[in-house]
Amino acid sequence: MFVLIVGCGRVGSSVARAMLREEHLVSCLDEDPESHARLEVGLEKSWEDLGGQFTVGAGLETEALEAAGIENADVFIASTDGDNTNIVIAQIAQRRYEVPTVIARVLDPLRAEWYQRQGLNTVCPTRVAIDMLEGAVRDASARGSSPDDAPAAA
Amino acid sequence: MYIIVVGAGKVGWNLARELLDKGHEVTLVESDRRRYLTVEQELEHNVSYGDASELWVLERAGIQRADMVIAVTGDDEDNMLICQVAKEKYLVDQIIARVNNPRNRRHFDLLGIKPSVSATDLILRLLEHEVPEYGLVHLLDLQEEQLEIIEMLLGQDSGVTGRRVGDLKMPEGSLLISVLREGKGFVPNADTVLQEGDEILAVLDPGKEEDLKTLFGPEGNGNGAGGG
Repeated sequence: MFVLIVGCGRVGSSVARAMLREEHLVSCLDEDPESHARLEVGLEKSWEDLGGQFTVGAGLETEALEAAGIENADVFIASTDGDNTNIVIAQIAQRRYEVPTVIARVLDPLRAEWYQRQGLNTVCPTRVAIDMLEGAVRDASARGSSPDDAPAAA
Repeated sequence: MYIIVVGAGKVGWNLARELLDKGHEVTLVESDRRRYLTVEQELEHNVSYGDASELWVLERAGIQRADMVIAVTGDDEDNMLICQVAKEKYLVDQIIARVNNPRNRRHFDLLGIKPSVSATDLILRLLEHEVPEYGLVHLLDLQEEQLEIIEMLLGQDSGVTGRRVGDLKMPEGSLLISVLREGKGFVPNADTVLQEGDEILAVLDPGKEEDLKTLFGPEGNGNGAGGG
Protein backbone atom coordinates (compact mmCIF):
# COMPACT_ATOMS: atom_id res chain seq x y z
CA MET A 1 0.00 0.00 0.00
CA PHE A 2 1.05 3.58 -0.64
CA VAL A 3 0.64 5.78 2.43
CA LEU A 4 0.90 9.57 2.22
CA ILE A 5 1.38 11.41 5.50
CA VAL A 6 1.08 15.20 5.63
CA GLY A 7 2.56 16.71 8.78
CA CYS A 8 5.64 15.00 10.04
CA GLY A 9 5.61 15.85 13.73
CA ARG A 10 5.78 13.32 16.56
CA VAL A 11 2.61 11.58 15.45
CA GLY A 12 3.17 11.69 11.70
CA SER A 13 6.80 10.57 11.86
CA SER A 14 6.05 7.64 14.20
CA VAL A 15 3.24 6.41 11.99
CA ALA A 16 5.50 6.84 8.96
CA ARG A 17 8.29 4.73 10.48
CA ALA A 18 5.88 2.03 11.60
CA MET A 19 4.28 1.79 8.16
CA LEU A 20 7.67 1.67 6.44
CA ARG A 21 8.71 -1.12 8.82
CA GLU A 22 5.57 -2.99 7.79
CA GLU A 23 6.85 -2.70 4.20
CA HIS A 24 4.39 -0.18 2.87
CA LEU A 25 5.43 2.59 0.52
CA VAL A 26 5.53 5.74 2.63
CA SER A 27 5.71 9.36 1.52
CA CYS A 28 5.83 12.31 3.92
CA LEU A 29 5.05 15.95 3.21
CA ASP A 30 6.00 18.73 5.63
CA GLU A 31 6.61 22.47 5.39
CA ASP A 32 9.66 22.24 7.58
CA PRO A 33 12.76 20.63 6.01
CA GLU A 34 14.04 19.96 9.56
CA SER A 35 11.24 17.49 10.19
CA HIS A 36 13.15 15.06 7.98
CA ALA A 37 15.55 14.54 10.90
CA ARG A 38 12.65 13.52 13.15
CA LEU A 39 11.75 10.79 10.65
CA GLU A 40 15.17 9.23 11.01
CA VAL A 41 15.17 9.04 14.81
CA GLY A 42 16.16 5.49 15.75
CA LEU A 43 16.69 4.40 12.16
CA GLU A 44 19.95 2.67 11.23
CA LYS A 45 19.95 4.06 7.67
CA SER A 46 18.63 7.21 6.03
CA TRP A 47 14.90 7.50 5.40
CA GLU A 48 15.47 7.45 1.64
CA ASP A 49 17.81 4.45 1.81
CA LEU A 50 15.06 2.56 3.53
CA GLY A 51 12.71 3.40 0.65
CA GLY A 52 10.88 6.35 2.19
CA GLN A 53 9.98 9.52 0.33
CA PHE A 54 10.10 13.02 1.80
CA THR A 55 8.81 16.23 0.20
CA VAL A 56 9.04 19.77 1.55
CA GLY A 57 5.88 21.76 0.95
CA ALA A 58 2.53 22.93 2.27
CA GLY A 59 -0.40 20.54 2.38
CA LEU A 60 -2.69 23.14 0.87
CA GLU A 61 -0.57 23.39 -2.28
CA THR A 62 -1.84 20.90 -4.81
CA GLU A 63 1.57 20.93 -6.53
CA ALA A 64 3.20 19.75 -3.30
CA LEU A 65 0.54 17.09 -2.75
CA GLU A 66 1.06 15.84 -6.27
CA ALA A 67 4.85 15.85 -5.92
CA ALA A 68 4.39 13.74 -2.80
CA GLY A 69 2.34 11.29 -4.87
CA ILE A 70 -1.25 11.90 -3.76
CA GLU A 71 -2.60 10.66 -7.08
CA ASN A 72 -1.36 7.16 -6.27
CA ALA A 73 -2.08 7.15 -2.55
CA ASP A 74 -4.15 4.36 -1.03
CA VAL A 75 -4.13 5.98 2.40
CA PHE A 76 -3.93 9.68 3.24
CA ILE A 77 -3.16 10.84 6.78
CA ALA A 78 -3.51 14.51 7.73
CA SER A 79 -1.46 15.00 10.88
CA THR A 80 -0.19 18.57 10.84
CA ASP A 81 -0.39 20.58 14.06
CA GLY A 82 -3.43 22.49 12.81
CA ASP A 83 -6.97 21.13 12.98
CA ASN A 84 -8.18 23.43 10.24
CA THR A 85 -5.39 22.48 7.88
CA ASN A 86 -6.01 18.78 8.54
CA ILE A 87 -9.75 19.04 7.91
CA VAL A 88 -9.27 21.01 4.71
CA ILE A 89 -6.54 18.86 3.17
CA ALA A 90 -8.31 15.65 4.15
CA GLN A 91 -11.38 16.83 2.25
CA ILE A 92 -9.17 17.75 -0.71
CA ALA A 93 -7.71 14.22 -0.67
CA GLN A 94 -11.19 12.76 -0.43
CA ARG A 95 -13.01 14.88 -3.00
CA ARG A 96 -10.40 15.98 -5.52
CA TYR A 97 -8.07 13.00 -5.50
CA GLU A 98 -10.53 10.34 -4.36
CA VAL A 99 -8.01 8.65 -2.09
CA PRO A 100 -9.77 5.49 -0.83
CA THR A 101 -8.84 5.90 2.84
CA VAL A 102 -8.48 9.34 4.36
CA ILE A 103 -7.85 10.03 8.04
CA ALA A 104 -7.56 13.44 9.71
CA ARG A 105 -6.20 14.17 13.15
CA VAL A 106 -8.53 16.67 14.80
CA LEU A 107 -7.82 17.85 18.35
CA ASP A 108 -11.17 19.60 18.83
CA PRO A 109 -13.56 16.82 19.97
CA LEU A 110 -16.74 18.62 18.87
CA ARG A 111 -15.57 19.11 15.33
CA ALA A 112 -13.95 15.68 15.16
CA GLU A 113 -17.31 14.19 15.98
CA TRP A 114 -19.26 16.33 13.54
CA TYR A 115 -16.90 15.74 10.60
CA GLN A 116 -16.89 12.03 11.41
CA ARG A 117 -20.67 12.06 10.99
CA GLN A 118 -20.24 13.89 7.68
CA GLY A 119 -18.19 10.97 6.37
CA LEU A 120 -14.67 12.17 7.12
CA ASN A 121 -12.64 9.70 9.16
CA THR A 122 -11.24 11.61 12.14
CA VAL A 123 -8.95 10.60 14.97
CA CYS A 124 -9.25 12.78 18.08
CA PRO A 125 -6.35 12.46 20.55
CA THR A 126 -8.17 14.82 22.93
CA ARG A 127 -11.18 12.53 23.01
CA VAL A 128 -8.90 9.57 23.73
CA ALA A 129 -7.26 11.47 26.62
CA ILE A 130 -10.65 12.53 28.02
CA ASP A 131 -12.00 9.00 27.90
CA MET A 132 -8.85 7.56 29.52
CA LEU A 133 -8.81 10.15 32.30
CA GLU A 134 -12.51 9.71 33.00
CA GLY A 135 -12.02 5.96 33.06
CA ALA A 136 -9.06 6.22 35.42
CA VAL A 137 -11.05 8.38 37.85
CA ARG A 138 -14.05 6.02 37.68
CA ASP A 139 -11.78 3.04 38.34
CA ALA A 140 -10.22 4.77 41.31
CA SER A 141 -13.59 5.75 42.66
CA ALA A 142 -14.98 2.23 42.22
CA ARG A 143 -11.99 0.87 44.14
CA GLY A 144 -11.78 3.54 46.82
CA SER A 145 -15.30 4.60 47.64
CA SER A 146 -16.72 1.39 49.04
CA PRO A 147 -18.10 2.15 52.52
CA ASP A 148 -15.57 0.06 54.45
CA ASP A 149 -12.48 1.88 53.23
CA ALA A 150 -13.93 5.38 52.88
CA PRO A 151 -11.96 7.90 54.88
CA ALA A 152 -13.41 8.38 58.32
CA ALA A 153 -15.46 11.56 58.05
CA ALA A 154 -16.14 11.85 61.69
CA MET B 1 -30.82 40.65 9.29
CA TYR B 2 -28.60 39.00 11.87
CA ILE B 3 -25.07 38.77 10.51
CA ILE B 4 -22.00 37.16 12.08
CA VAL B 5 -18.68 38.53 10.84
CA VAL B 6 -15.59 36.51 11.73
CA GLY B 7 -12.23 38.27 11.88
CA ALA B 8 -11.86 41.84 13.17
CA GLY B 9 -9.04 42.91 10.93
CA LYS B 10 -9.42 46.01 8.75
CA VAL B 11 -11.92 44.27 6.49
CA GLY B 12 -14.03 42.75 9.26
CA TRP B 13 -14.08 45.82 11.46
CA ASN B 14 -15.13 48.16 8.65
CA LEU B 15 -17.64 45.67 7.37
CA ALA B 16 -19.22 45.31 10.81
CA ARG B 17 -19.40 49.08 11.19
CA GLU B 18 -21.07 49.49 7.78
CA LEU B 19 -23.56 46.73 8.47
CA LEU B 20 -24.45 48.24 11.84
CA ASP B 21 -24.95 51.62 10.16
CA LYS B 22 -27.35 49.99 7.74
CA GLY B 23 -29.39 48.80 10.69
CA HIS B 24 -28.38 45.14 10.77
CA GLU B 25 -27.74 43.20 13.93
CA VAL B 26 -24.07 42.20 13.91
CA THR B 27 -21.72 40.09 15.98
CA LEU B 28 -18.05 40.41 15.11
CA VAL B 29 -15.94 37.48 16.36
CA GLU B 30 -12.22 37.96 16.99
CA SER B 31 -9.76 35.41 18.38
CA ASP B 32 -6.89 37.74 19.24
CA ARG B 33 -7.41 39.15 22.74
CA ARG B 34 -5.63 42.45 22.15
CA ARG B 35 -7.37 43.09 18.88
CA TYR B 36 -10.68 42.22 20.48
CA LEU B 37 -10.13 44.76 23.29
CA THR B 38 -9.27 47.49 20.76
CA VAL B 39 -12.32 46.87 18.62
CA GLU B 40 -14.57 46.46 21.63
CA GLN B 41 -13.94 50.05 22.67
CA GLU B 42 -15.88 51.13 19.60
CA LEU B 43 -18.29 48.32 18.85
CA GLU B 44 -18.92 47.29 22.48
CA HIS B 45 -21.31 44.35 22.84
CA ASN B 46 -21.28 43.75 19.09
CA VAL B 47 -17.86 42.12 19.39
CA SER B 48 -17.29 38.67 20.81
CA TYR B 49 -13.97 37.14 21.83
CA GLY B 50 -13.13 33.61 20.74
CA ASP B 51 -11.88 31.29 18.00
CA ALA B 52 -14.79 30.88 15.61
CA SER B 53 -13.30 27.61 14.38
CA GLU B 54 -14.73 26.17 17.58
CA LEU B 55 -18.37 25.24 17.40
CA TRP B 56 -19.27 26.52 20.86
CA VAL B 57 -17.89 29.95 20.03
CA LEU B 58 -20.16 30.13 16.99
CA GLU B 59 -23.08 28.89 19.07
CA ARG B 60 -22.43 31.48 21.75
CA ALA B 61 -22.48 34.10 19.00
CA GLY B 62 -25.94 32.86 18.09
CA ILE B 63 -25.22 31.08 14.84
CA GLN B 64 -28.47 29.12 15.11
CA ARG B 65 -30.44 32.26 14.32
CA ALA B 66 -27.93 33.93 11.97
CA ASP B 67 -29.11 34.86 8.48
CA MET B 68 -25.60 35.34 7.19
CA VAL B 69 -22.03 34.41 8.11
CA ILE B 70 -19.10 36.30 6.62
CA ALA B 71 -15.62 34.88 7.26
CA VAL B 72 -12.87 37.43 6.59
CA THR B 73 -9.95 36.26 8.72
CA GLY B 74 -6.45 36.27 7.29
CA ASP B 75 -6.43 32.49 7.24
CA ASP B 76 -8.01 30.67 4.31
CA GLU B 77 -8.48 27.35 6.13
CA ASP B 78 -10.35 29.15 8.92
CA ASN B 79 -12.57 30.98 6.45
CA MET B 80 -13.33 27.77 4.55
CA LEU B 81 -14.23 25.71 7.59
CA ILE B 82 -16.20 28.42 9.40
CA CYS B 83 -18.36 28.79 6.29
CA GLN B 84 -18.60 25.03 5.76
CA VAL B 85 -19.83 24.49 9.31
CA ALA B 86 -22.18 27.51 9.11
CA LYS B 87 -23.74 26.19 5.93
CA GLU B 88 -23.83 22.44 6.54
CA LYS B 89 -24.20 22.16 10.31
CA TYR B 90 -26.15 25.29 11.23
CA LEU B 91 -27.93 25.66 7.87
CA VAL B 92 -27.17 29.38 7.59
CA ASP B 93 -28.77 30.72 4.40
CA GLN B 94 -25.98 32.98 3.21
CA ILE B 95 -22.25 32.61 3.57
CA ILE B 96 -19.45 34.75 2.18
CA ALA B 97 -15.80 33.82 2.50
CA ARG B 98 -12.70 35.86 1.93
CA VAL B 99 -9.93 34.23 -0.09
CA ASN B 100 -6.51 35.52 0.99
CA ASN B 101 -4.41 33.49 -1.41
CA PRO B 102 -6.08 33.25 -4.84
CA ARG B 103 -4.41 29.88 -5.33
CA ASN B 104 -6.73 28.53 -2.64
CA ARG B 105 -9.88 29.50 -4.51
CA ARG B 106 -10.22 26.03 -6.02
CA HIS B 107 -10.32 24.60 -2.49
CA PHE B 108 -13.18 26.93 -1.59
CA ASP B 109 -14.99 25.76 -4.72
CA LEU B 110 -14.27 22.12 -3.90
CA LEU B 111 -15.85 22.52 -0.46
CA GLY B 112 -18.82 24.36 -1.93
CA ILE B 113 -17.95 27.67 -0.27
CA LYS B 114 -19.63 30.25 -2.50
CA PRO B 115 -19.37 33.10 -3.00
CA SER B 116 -15.74 33.59 -2.14
CA VAL B 117 -14.17 37.00 -2.50
CA SER B 118 -10.52 37.66 -3.18
CA ALA B 119 -9.14 41.18 -3.14
CA THR B 120 -6.25 40.05 -5.32
CA ASP B 121 -8.68 38.70 -7.91
CA LEU B 122 -10.71 41.89 -7.87
CA ILE B 123 -7.61 44.00 -8.46
CA LEU B 124 -6.46 41.63 -11.18
CA ARG B 125 -9.84 41.88 -12.88
CA LEU B 126 -9.61 45.64 -12.71
CA LEU B 127 -6.11 45.52 -14.18
CA GLU B 128 -7.25 43.29 -16.99
CA HIS B 129 -10.10 45.66 -17.64
CA GLU B 130 -7.80 48.66 -17.79
CA VAL B 131 -5.12 46.83 -19.76
CA PRO B 132 -7.05 44.48 -22.03
CA GLU B 133 -4.11 42.71 -23.59
CA TYR B 134 -5.89 39.41 -23.68
CA GLY B 135 -8.63 40.64 -25.98
CA LEU B 136 -11.26 38.97 -23.90
CA VAL B 137 -11.94 40.34 -20.46
CA HIS B 138 -13.66 38.36 -17.81
CA LEU B 139 -15.91 40.88 -16.14
CA LEU B 140 -18.05 38.90 -13.80
CA ASP B 141 -18.78 35.37 -12.77
CA LEU B 142 -22.39 34.82 -11.92
CA GLN B 143 -21.61 31.48 -10.35
CA GLU B 144 -25.00 30.76 -8.88
CA GLU B 145 -26.69 31.58 -12.15
CA GLN B 146 -24.07 29.63 -14.10
CA LEU B 147 -23.40 32.63 -16.31
CA GLU B 148 -20.48 34.87 -17.10
CA ILE B 149 -20.23 38.31 -18.60
CA ILE B 150 -17.27 39.04 -20.80
CA GLU B 151 -16.01 41.99 -22.80
CA MET B 152 -14.18 41.93 -26.12
CA LEU B 153 -12.65 44.59 -28.31
CA LEU B 154 -13.17 44.14 -32.03
CA GLY B 155 -9.81 44.76 -33.67
CA GLN B 156 -9.22 45.49 -37.34
CA ASP B 157 -8.56 41.83 -37.94
CA SER B 158 -11.86 40.73 -36.43
CA GLY B 159 -13.91 38.65 -38.82
CA VAL B 160 -17.21 40.19 -37.80
CA THR B 161 -16.68 43.90 -38.46
CA GLY B 162 -19.07 45.17 -41.05
CA ARG B 163 -21.54 42.39 -40.39
CA ARG B 164 -25.09 42.59 -39.13
CA VAL B 165 -25.66 41.22 -35.64
CA GLY B 166 -28.63 39.30 -37.01
CA ASP B 167 -26.31 37.42 -39.38
CA LEU B 168 -23.94 36.22 -36.67
CA LYS B 169 -24.21 32.66 -35.55
CA MET B 170 -23.79 33.22 -31.84
CA PRO B 171 -22.78 30.05 -29.96
CA GLU B 172 -25.66 28.44 -28.16
CA GLY B 173 -25.92 29.74 -24.62
CA SER B 174 -24.51 33.17 -25.40
CA LEU B 175 -26.09 36.55 -25.99
CA LEU B 176 -24.74 39.89 -27.15
CA ILE B 177 -26.01 42.36 -24.58
CA SER B 178 -24.27 45.62 -25.28
CA VAL B 179 -22.01 47.45 -27.71
CA LEU B 180 -19.74 50.28 -26.60
CA ARG B 181 -18.89 52.58 -29.49
CA GLU B 182 -17.07 55.92 -29.21
CA GLY B 183 -17.74 56.13 -25.51
CA LYS B 184 -21.44 55.31 -25.75
CA GLY B 185 -23.14 52.07 -24.96
CA PHE B 186 -26.25 50.73 -26.61
CA VAL B 187 -28.16 47.52 -26.88
CA PRO B 188 -27.67 46.07 -30.35
CA ASN B 189 -30.53 44.77 -32.47
CA ALA B 190 -30.40 42.46 -35.46
CA ASP B 191 -29.69 45.37 -37.83
CA THR B 192 -26.76 46.76 -35.84
CA VAL B 193 -23.62 46.59 -37.98
CA LEU B 194 -20.48 45.91 -35.95
CA GLN B 195 -17.50 48.20 -36.46
CA GLU B 196 -13.81 48.06 -35.79
CA GLY B 197 -13.13 49.44 -32.30
CA ASP B 198 -16.49 48.32 -30.90
CA GLU B 199 -16.35 46.83 -27.46
CA ILE B 200 -18.96 44.19 -27.06
CA LEU B 201 -20.39 42.73 -23.89
CA ALA B 202 -21.80 39.24 -23.94
CA VAL B 203 -23.40 37.04 -21.36
CA LEU B 204 -22.71 33.34 -21.76
CA ASP B 205 -22.66 29.93 -20.18
CA PRO B 206 -19.30 29.17 -18.55
CA GLY B 207 -16.94 27.44 -20.93
CA LYS B 208 -18.22 29.23 -24.05
CA GLU B 209 -15.48 31.85 -24.04
CA GLU B 210 -13.38 30.01 -26.61
CA ASP B 211 -16.32 29.69 -29.02
CA LEU B 212 -17.00 33.36 -28.71
CA LYS B 213 -13.34 34.25 -29.11
CA THR B 214 -13.24 32.23 -32.32
CA LEU B 215 -16.35 33.90 -33.63
CA PHE B 216 -15.20 37.45 -32.95
CA GLY B 217 -11.46 36.96 -33.34
CA PRO B 218 -9.21 37.22 -36.39
CA GLU B 219 -10.19 33.89 -37.89
CA GLY B 220 -13.83 34.40 -37.11
CA ASN B 221 -16.21 34.53 -40.00
CA GLY B 222 -19.32 35.22 -38.00
CA ASN B 223 -20.47 31.66 -38.49
CA GLY B 224 -19.47 30.24 -35.16
CA ALA B 225 -16.84 27.76 -34.09
CA GLY B 226 -16.77 24.76 -36.37
CA GLY B 227 -19.79 26.16 -38.11
CA GLY B 228 -18.63 25.26 -41.62
